[in-house]
Amino acid sequence: MISKKKSDLLLVDHNHDGVDRRGFLKCMAWAGTGALCVMQGGVLKSFSLSRPSEIDPAAAVGELRFVQISDSHMGFNKPANPDVTATLKVAVDKIRALPSVPEFLLHTGDISHLSKPEEFDAVDQILKDTGKEVFYVPGEHDVVNDDGQQFRDRYGKGSPGAGWRSFDKSGVHFIGLVNVMNLKAGGLGTLGAEQLKWLEKDLQSHSKSTPIVVFAHIPLWSVYPEWGWGTDDAAQALSYLKGFGSVTVLNGHIHQIMQKVEGNITFHTAASTAFPQPAPGTADSPGPMKVPAEQLRKVLGITDVQFVRGKDALAVVDSNLA
Amino acid sequence: MKGITRISLLSVSLVTGLSGFSAKANTPRAEAQAAPAMVAVKIDNFSFGPQSISISAGTKVTWTNRDDIPHTVVSTEGVFKSHVLDTDDSFSFTFDKPGTYPYFCSVHPKMTGQVVVK
Repeated sequence: MISKKKSDLLLVDHNHDGVDRRGFLKCMAWAGTGALCVMQGGVLKSFSLSRPSEIDPAAAVGELRFVQISDSHMGFNKPANPDVTATLKVAVDKIRALPSVPEFLLHTGDISHLSKPEEFDAVDQILKDTGKEVFYVPGEHDVVNDDGQQFRDRYGKGSPGAGWRSFDKSGVHFIGLVNVMNLKAGGLGTLGAEQLKWLEKDLQSHSKSTPIVVFAHIPLWSVYPEWGWGTDDAAQALSYLKGFGSVTVLNGHIHQIMQKVEGNITFHTAASTAFPQPAPGTADSPGPMKVPAEQLRKVLGITDVQFVRGKDALAVVDSNLA
Repeated sequence: MKGITRISLLSVSLVTGLSGFSAKANTPRAEAQAAPAMVAVKIDNFSFGPQSISISAGTKVTWTNRDDIPHTVVSTEGVFKSHVLDTDDSFSFTFDKPGTYPYFCSVHPKMTGQVVVK
């Protein structure tokens, strides 16, 4: 599931702190089989998730901590995972058991499977158990039939458009983007002119030293265009982010963990809490991938993100649901 | 509508543009020589199969989703648009006007197809 593309093994010492990025990315691969990799003050440490007592919460403290989950696909019930409710609940248990409590959650879309009200309701109910505020961006499964009306009503109040918005937490500026509306035949994800104009303006009021976290459903980098894994007009959005010292882009949609560092931007995609999808090009199509039942939870997961002031890159740690 | 317009081979181009109307071939001669009134397109593996079909005006096309993920059938010119189709759901549209009708899945826009109506 973890990408083996050369582009992931960038050796740029972005933080100028001697962090071995190759080692970090190798550690991300271990995360898919049960390891927790944490950057503490720039030093990479890894812990097995079967020995959580070794994780010292006092040592893993930063100014801000939050969790990204994605692609819950509530309503999906095919062989790849006949019970997405159960696996979402396991994700909630995992969040509640984290060594350090996250302040809030980001859900990067495909909350529902068929945009049905009861599907949205079910996810709302389950995530309530984390006791945390959840910020959502829609996936393409969340805007079928009604042009995203339900999404806007439920999660996009106050948004000038289809649900895009920004907010600040502990000095970090978060921007939720919507790239699943008005998709064109043969195209990829799209942000659209109105949203891009809004984004440009939104960023102008923040100093370049403000850490930025952008979250959107479809990847904002070209993971695999043949399967629609990219965003047509992302380049323009990314151009507005030039010059900011720390930019983290969190996406979903592809149901597997991938990471890429390009200049000042770290891109990260999350695992799904519902079902995995094949690595780019390894199957006929990007549909749900069946794995042996006992391995399902190993390929689903949550992402724990920590911001430590003074460090450019946010510490992004994936853990599976096993 | 009143009455059923009989379509013969020589007057195919005169079919009216009323959608939802299926031609009934009342004469054995017309039946034997007319194109089938219904064509099926299977949606599977993130693709429409056949990806391009050629039909006669008045033919009803039925798309059935056999994939394990939902899809939609949406005309790029706004001529037809299905609701979201889960596995085994179908959507039908009768093409009365000749022309080329490109369409795609609005959930997975890389999936494209076309219907050519003669």
